[in-house]
Amino acid sequence: MLDARTPLLAIKDLQGWYGESHILHGVKFDVQEGEVVTLLGRNGAGKTTTLKSIMGIVGQRTGSVRFEGRELIGLASNQIARAGIAFCPEERGIFASLNVEENLLLPPVVRPGGLSLDRIFDLFPNLKERLGSSQGTKLSGGEQQMLAIGRILRTGARLLLLDEPTEGLAPVIIQQIGKTIRALKEQGFTILLVEQNFRFASTVADRYYVMEHGRIIDQFANAELDANVEKLHDYLGV
Amino acid sequence: MFEIFGIPSTALFGQLLIGLINGSFYALLSLGLAVIFGMLNIINFSHGAQYMLGAFAAYLLLQYSGLGYWPALIVAPVLVGITGMIVERLMLQWLYKLDHLYGLLLTFGLALIIEGVARNYFGSAGLPYTVPESLRGGQNLGFMFLPNYRAWVIVASLTICFGTWFVIERTRLGANLRAATENPTLVRAFGINVPRMITLTYGFGVALAAFAGVMAAPVYNVSPQMGSELIIVVFAVVVIGGMGSILGAIITGFGLGVIEGLTKVFFPEASNTVIFVIMAIVLLVRPAGLFGRRT
Repeated sequence: MLDARTPLLAIKDLQGWYGESHILHGVKFDVQEGEVVTLLGRNGAGKTTTLKSIMGIVGQRTGSVRFEGRELIGLASNQIARAGIAFCPEERGIFASLNVEENLLLPPVVRPGGLSLDRIFDLFPNLKERLGSSQGTKLSGGEQQMLAIGRILRTGARLLLLDEPTEGLAPVIIQQIGKTIRALKEQGFTILLVEQNFRFASTVADRYYVMEHGRIIDQFANAELDANVEKLHDYLGV
Repeated sequence: MFEIFGIPSTALFGQLLIGLINGSFYALLSLGLAVIFGMLNIINFSHGAQYMLGAFAAYLLLQYSGLGYWPALIVAPVLVGITGMIVERLMLQWLYKLDHLYGLLLTFGLALIIEGVARNYFGSAGLPYTVPESLRGGQNLGFMFLPNYRAWVIVASLTICFGTWFVIERTRLGANLRAATENPTLVRAFGINVPRMITLTYGFGVALAAFAGVMAAPVYNVSPQMGSELIIVVFAVVVIGGMGSILGAIITGFGLGVIEGLTKVFFPEASNTVIFVIMAIVLLVRPAGLFGRRT
């Protein structure tokens, strides 16, 4: 068991490469159990690469990624998933050759404690209606995002990595996703979120880390958000 | 006996049967190629040699360990499939990210080596393999005589082909395979061991070729060049059906076998080229093949 002060996820000196280009230059942060933590930053700051490096799907990475006290840096991505981390990619990753139900059931259960299909349909009633639908990619953007999040809730993973879940979606869908993230937090899920939309992030996050040029350059809690708004505008260029 | 379009029925149905037999082998082999191409992105040019290895495995099992046709039908594909998995681990896995040409050249080289070694040990005259006792004889259907073994080949091929189609298109395992074909990185990040799945898929595709080889042993001669003679036609079948399409491979395999058989009756001069003429037309009109997805 973890003691109260050991973070669920602890990242130290994480370096990551895409082919020849060195993207992450010593990322360091941690996530406590039950928290929603958001990585903020401009395009190209290394947020997505950080998630992919945790998941083991970038070309090369070094440093330390400890999950529940266990070092994951040397493991293949399928073993990292089996350790209890689930990933929802920015492009959503819905499979065109699979129908909606097959997409939903694709990620294997990695440990007990995942949500039942009924619970997932409570969160995303649209998915239940579309279950008979032929192709996963025929769903609307919002429905695809719900499917992409819904399918990783079954697996029993305790840490969810969500990469820009609101990107390109209508406000009403964004609200529904915000509601879902809060519901998941209440149920004890830990969430590491990458967002450009910090107004959305402020409705769900406990803490923020700001990234720039492949490093963490600042951090603050949600309570300190108002005091930091100006600085944040500066960081994000908005 | 009666006549259809001036052709005696026995001749017509006889050629139709030969067409179905050839089609059974075309379908089994192009199915294996389609499965391998879909998952590994490799054009497996050694498929014909692996088919030949299946036939030789059956022959050698009978000669040296007294293992008959029925056990060989299981044992030979398993053995040849294992050699395929070793080849995948040692060689093919390094080529997935390169152009198709590299995989094609490597497997073509392997085919030449396998065939050369077989010719060195067994000569090229061919070795006999008798029809199993339980399938000798045949049925007189009135309009034609149907040898039992040939009926078995058609039934077995249809069963294996549609069984494979069912597993890939209608089961959870098949959904994993289809997803891994589309986005292997993400499927792996869900916790599925994709490299192991790829190795097993190649082993299965190769085992299908070997299975066809064992079934072919009593029909054709067991000879080192039996694969290279067939594989050119099979590649034409795959191109017509659409590279990587499972159902396309099965339907065009049987369909072209039958068309080839009927051509022997109605226009014998064209029977050796009809498949390639169809291939040329399909390539002009539908380059992705009849069942292929445009990419």
